[in-house]
Amino acid sequence: MSEPVVWLTIFVLSVFVGVEVIAKVSSTLHTPLMSGANAIHGVILLGAVIVTGATDNTVALVVGLVAIVLAAVNMVGGFVVTDRMLQMFVRRRPSDRQDGRG
Amino acid sequence: MIPTWAQLVYLGCAVAFILALKGLAGPRTARAGNLIGAGAAVVAVATPFFYLDLDHVPLILAAVAIGSVIGVVGARRVQMTQMPQMVALFNGVGGGAAALVALVELYEMGPHAEEVGWFTLAATAFTILVGSVSFSGSAVTFAKLQELMTSRPVVFPGLPVVFGLAGIAGIALGVLVVTDPGVSFGIPLALLGLLVGVLLVLPVGGADVPIVISLLNAFTGLTVAAGGYVLGNVVLLVAGTLVGASGTFLTLLMARAMGRSVSNILFGALRGGSTLGAGEASDRPVRSAGPEDVAILLGYAERVIIVPGYGLAVAQAQHTLRELVDVLLTRGARVDYAIHPVAGRMPGHMNVLLAEAQVPYDQLVEMDDINGEFKHTDVVLVVGANDVVNPAAKTTPGAPIYGMPILDVDEARQVVFLKRSMRPGFAGIENELLFDPRTTLLFGDAKDSLAKVLSAVKGL
Repeated sequence: MSEPVVWLTIFVLSVFVGVEVIAKVSSTLHTPLMSGANAIHGVILLGAVIVTGATDNTVALVVGLVAIVLAAVNMVGGFVVTDRMLQMFVRRRPSDRQDGRG
Repeated sequence: MIPTWAQLVYLGCAVAFILALKGLAGPRTARAGNLIGAGAAVVAVATPFFYLDLDHVPLILAAVAIGSVIGVVGARRVQMTQMPQMVALFNGVGGGAAALVALVELYEMGPHAEEVGWFTLAATAFTILVGSVSFSGSAVTFAKLQELMTSRPVVFPGLPVVFGLAGIAGIALGVLVVTDPGVSFGIPLALLGLLVGVLLVLPVGGADVPIVISLLNAFTGLTVAAGGYVLGNVVLLVAGTLVGASGTFLTLLMARAMGRSVSNILFGALRGGSTLGAGEASDRPVRSAGPEDVAILLGYAERVIIVPGYGLAVAQAQHTLRELVDVLLTRGARVDYAIHPVAGRMPGHMNVLLAEAQVPYDQLVEMDDINGEFKHTDVVLVVGANDVVNPAAKTTPGAPIYGMPILDVDEARQVVFLKRSMRPGFAGIENELLFDPRTTLLFGDAKDSLAKVLSAVKGL
């Protein structure tokens, strides 16, 4: 396979995986799921680090550093806020178990 | 060339992101899924430090630290009620970062663009354009949800023409970036993307904004995927594609829950398809009552259903409401909360808000399970909700919410609305149910009203 076709293959398979893994999500979890997915694309931080570390132009360096700050806000903030939301779902689980017993 | 060990680490991270999404989709595994995603993201970001000879490492680490601190502080400080705009903000900066990364990469390509190939350049142009759309579009959704600007659709004459021209200009600039690589066309492309993002979100009404956040989230995912192709990085490609695909699917699910189509949400106002009410307080007569009257209605009812809305959360009245429900339960009534799929600002938002107030999970009943119950219900107490109980969704074909599944509150024997004023809800349309003879209104701040009703019920 030529290289672009390899990338295309990965892309197409990832599309199917992306839809399949969340196909059965209940509406209760839509908000945390959106928030968690949002945090995952914060991994663009990796790209920002790579291009910033490779440039020797001052303007490009500054733009790259701005990209790093923005991407880090997205990634770190995204995971923390999702965890905060999900904590509340976990906290009520004991009452679920009581229902099971009673 | 990326060394094999690093490629294998990237592969592991890509698999971890799949597991993270899968975890997030289930109630028991959600928190673990989020942690797996966070771990994979940290590992992925750390990897290039070990195989690339990166320059400016101290500056890079400082920028990462600054961004992380802003992210953590923002994420910890935000109120649960403001969660949707926080997600919008995080999404927007992610899209902006992707666009900037592509701009820097385009600059670096400049001298040896011949070897790069048109497809990579097209992916770069895509990242710049769509990343910018996501950035400015998210900024407008933030302003709408935070009520820094009107939450009603903003339409001006000629908007469809401007939007069309901007779209054509975007394609033209994209082609120019491919044929003549360099930031001289890349920067105008980014600026145009910012304009398109604003134009895309302005005409969207407040109630539909959460769906747009989800859509922009998918956009950012796709830009990250395209960025991954440009940089030849498989983690970015897989993570971005996963978010793009699942985000698109989630957008469709949300739209279905609201009975809307995505194209109608985005372009309905442009086509003049969604007519909106006056958006002002009506002076038609209503039946309003004091807290004592409401207390008597509730105190002697056998079957009560609570319909919580965003107004409840804004007033921070969840705890007072829970106390009231506890008192009603000890008086022998059957009480449940009816949760509309889009109660609050986003699907599932109300569940988060009530969970925060420690309302037992088994008292929360979803719309489809409770809609049959309303006709056997003595009193429905609607606290800070409006659009999700508006019968116009069933009866008025021209209304913007027409077709949205609603809670059939109008079938109950008595309906009590706790409202601040006669102002219409987020969708900006009048609710006929407010003028129904079976309806009683108690005006005031939800927390205040609930506290008064609570003490009156205790005194019965």
